[in-house]
Amino acid sequence: MAQQEIEVILARHLAEQLVMPIFIVSPSGDLLFYNESAEPILGCRYDETGVMPASELANIFQTVDQDGNPMNPDDLPIMIALTQRHPAHKRFWIRGLDGALRQIDVTAFPLNAQAHRFLGAVAIFWEVLE
Amino acid sequence: MKVKLWGTRGSLATPGPGTIRYGGNTSCVSVEGENGTLLVLDAGTGIRALGRSLPPDLKRVNILLTHLHMDHIEGLPFFAPLRRHGVEVQICGPASTTRSLRKRLLRYLSPPLFPVSLRELVSDVQFNELPSNTFEIDEFSVSAQLVIHYNPTVGFRIQGPQATMTYLPDHEPALGGRSFRSNKEWVSGYALGRDVDLLIHDAQYTQQEYQTRYGYGHSTIDHAFQFAELTGAAHLVPFHHDPDHDDDFLDQMISQKVAEMEPAFQVTPGKEGAVFDLGKGIS
Repeated sequence: MAQQEIEVILARHLAEQLVMPIFIVSPSGDLLFYNESAEPILGCRYDETGVMPASELANIFQTVDQDGNPMNPDDLPIMIALTQRHPAHKRFWIRGLDGALRQIDVTAFPLNAQAHRFLGAVAIFWEVLE
Repeated sequence: MKVKLWGTRGSLATPGPGTIRYGGNTSCVSVEGENGTLLVLDAGTGIRALGRSLPPDLKRVNILLTHLHMDHIEGLPFFAPLRRHGVEVQICGPASTTRSLRKRLLRYLSPPLFPVSLRELVSDVQFNELPSNTFEIDEFSVSAQLVIHYNPTVGFRIQGPQATMTYLPDHEPALGGRSFRSNKEWVSGYALGRDVDLLIHDAQYTQQEYQTRYGYGHSTIDHAFQFAELTGAAHLVPFHHDPDHDDDFLDQMISQKVAEMEPAFQVTPGKEGAVFDLGKGIS
């Protein structure tokens, strides 16, 4: 069995202690971990799903922009963090498993580690209630 | 593969009548291969006696530093081969995110902290920064991965032709949870420690002490046993003893844990001078 890189393990430890939804994805976009606060967004517990492939993730999240148009996945903060390897922030709408549309802020940042290792990205979700 | 403990103490050298059996020198372990290849794991005060024991015609030595806390490097300038012409010394260790390994070591090996600068050492010193991919040193294959401890810290997995050992002297895999996760994939150091013949692991605290030292970067004796069980190690050597733990205390702490947990693996307390001839036993 492979082991996650130590920076990813530490990121998970931090995510488990925080109350805002946090997602950790691998360099290939697989969802490695999401914390308890993120479970309502995905509609399932991490302990039940474990690592979720990127292809499956795309089917769960339906994202639309301010005008109600489906968003290009490449414009999502997490994809920018993964592909361009710099932080990104965006406000958009997401349709959860319950069918409700929620406006959220998402901030994502890449995990650039020592020795030129790229370990994936972290995304923080924040529901806009204004 | 012959493994010898030259320093087993953590944090601070602790000489005196209370530490004669376990030793007072800080972390240093030698690993000698069948072909005479010499690896030195950490350069605590134990490295001085190791240096004096080496033959004068030694040509090459490899020093592998887990991290640059003082108890792991303070013996470095007292390592005799560094002061000999013609000796090749490779020092492997972690860089920081902004400073090279050499620059980090120079902060100690230069005035006013030390009178002699690294530049004045006459041996041929080369630096190899970690972490890196698995690398070969003659007959040994060495893996160095970052583990949970303060500042960049690596552990080492050393594979020889006939045996494998892992060295994790400063390691807190329990950080973030009360117990180890059932999913090994998320345990710090697991890949390094998996199925090894010999595991030298941090066991600095008792569970009671850990209550006030959580997050200090070290393990309890319980954590060391749990980690050995999780990784499937054949033989555990509790290591990096707390300066406040004298010989009698360590005897009791370790024997009590063995009686309590009845581990499937062998346990040998980390005592200065102990030799593990992997495949041949302890002397």
